[in-house]
Amino acid sequence: MKKSYNPTLIHANSRVDKVGVEERVARFQTRSIKNEAKKQGLLMVLNMIDLTTLEGKDTPGKVQQMCYKAQHLHDVYPGLPTVAAVCVYPSMVSVARKALGNSPVKVASVSTAFPSGQSTREIKISDTKYAVEQGADEIDMVISRGQFLAGEYGFVFDEIAAIKEACGKARLKVILETGELCTLDNVRIASDIAIHAGADFIKTSTGKIQPAATMQVTYTMLMAIKDYYDQTGKMIGMKPAGGISTAKLALHNLVMVKEILGNQWLSNDWFRFGASSLANDVLMQLMKTESGLYQSPDYFSID
Amino acid sequence: MEVLKTYKIYIGGSFPRTESGRYYPLLDAKGNTIANVSLSSRKDVRNAVVAARKAFGGWSEKTAFNRGQILYRMAEILEGRKLQFLEELKKQGSSKEKAAREVQAAIDCLVYYAGWADKFQQISSTVNPVSSSHFNFSALEPMGVIGIIAAQETSLIGVVKFIASAICGGNTAVVVASEELPLCAVTLAEVIHSSDVPGGVVNILTGKLSELAPALASHMDINALVKESLGGLDKPIALACIENLKRNITYQPGTEHGLQNITDLQEVKTTWHPIEHIGGASSSY
Repeated sequence: MKKSYNPTLIHANSRVDKVGVEERVARFQTRSIKNEAKKQGLLMVLNMIDLTTLEGKDTPGKVQQMCYKAQHLHDVYPGLPTVAAVCVYPSMVSVARKALGNSPVKVASVSTAFPSGQSTREIKISDTKYAVEQGADEIDMVISRGQFLAGEYGFVFDEIAAIKEACGKARLKVILETGELCTLDNVRIASDIAIHAGADFIKTSTGKIQPAATMQVTYTMLMAIKDYYDQTGKMIGMKPAGGISTAKLALHNLVMVKEILGNQWLSNDWFRFGASSLANDVLMQLMKTESGLYQSPDYFSID
Repeated sequence: MEVLKTYKIYIGGSFPRTESGRYYPLLDAKGNTIANVSLSSRKDVRNAVVAARKAFGGWSEKTAFNRGQILYRMAEILEGRKLQFLEELKKQGSSKEKAAREVQAAIDCLVYYAGWADKFQQISSTVNPVSSSHFNFSALEPMGVIGIIAAQETSLIGVVKFIASAICGGNTAVVVASEELPLCAVTLAEVIHSSDVPGGVVNILTGKLSELAPALASHMDINALVKESLGGLDKPIALACIENLKRNITYQPGTEHGLQNITDLQEVKTTWHPIEHIGGASSSY
């Protein structure tokens, strides 16, 4: 059965209590995580990272280097996991695919005229199909924020459903670009649209717009996932992206996921961090807990 | 009623309390409390190093002339606040004459290093004779973030001379003030703050040497540690410096400071520049 936009379903929970969200989010940040739990948390964070390069100046060399880093985060420290995936532009997917070989690290590609999404549906679909053909395991699409803000929710819904179809077996992450949605109410509506239209993951931001993955926004999206799970029993993944550059912030996010969605979501099948500089900060924290010495970026690979 | 001043620390261009929330009362010779002083922790060291590293890029890329002007401005502002420093020195046990000499020495010291800022490179850089077709020259570059342990017996000059010589050459600094005589270091931070020195270039902490010195010495992101000999603490500090091959520079107390203090905090970079002709009688550059 073809999915279609159902206003009653989508707008059922669209009035977000902003003050309540802020108070609850502040509470997640007061949890004290020490020693062994912290170390396990940091290792988990590393394993959830989508190591990302999305720049006009990306070269095959840069992507190859990042793919190497994805598998060898810091060889001085034995037993580190790999990151979850590398995230690149469609034109770099084949380079990444080749560089990763049989590694468990997945290749994610942005698509649909990333980052603005200002193009026709045909182009977005062919953009997506191209990335999948090139070997992408995951597609990070952007929604049409212009249409969304103009109230064309049905258009946004249908577009996501169409891209989901074009993805085939690739998992679809839907980027809401919350920095352009203005209110938490809109974040909630967009989350529900994406989830009902077939998203496997919902993702906060492109990383090109500030503010990006604030905890308030991530919280609102996690609540949408929770409500959907409570109604249908189906799990949807979450990916905050942009602005999470410190280990501490990443741990706060993990606490939030655990307390809202539970342990089921604590794996890279269901939770990711989109980041380029987070990995090194986490590595420095791990080395600090191991050696007791405050670390220097001089001794870690360049992002 | 007299209200005691709580002396804050100086990190990244602002004056926070220590993250630990601790302080210690500072007593004068008669046992009266003269001020409350922040008892910084190693996490303050960590925060200060982050601020200093962040500031290093911009500070080291300023022109040497500009750094000199800023040091000169520090001297001017310190001179303008002379009375406050005299008062604090006296509170901490100096005689009137000794205090006046120390403040004057601090002003002179800043002017001295202000003058060196755009001159020490010429004196200390070299063109080296080599037997291949290269133009070979060595020039100085700042080391990076410098950990400074202020000379313990003085409140002002013992911190001014190390800060001035470090930042004069483009380094940034994390400073631990004299444990017994910390007041002037914090007031100096106020001078620095109003002298166009960008936030983070100088960071000043107060507290226990036994707690802060090891944190400075073992920090992987500090490139050199400068101090006057601390007796028994010297050896553990030297051992902690090994981890990242930190330059561990220890002066004997009372050593005259000068050009050496600048160049001790510079690394030498030697460049081999290919040229066309080999070993002619006269060089062609």
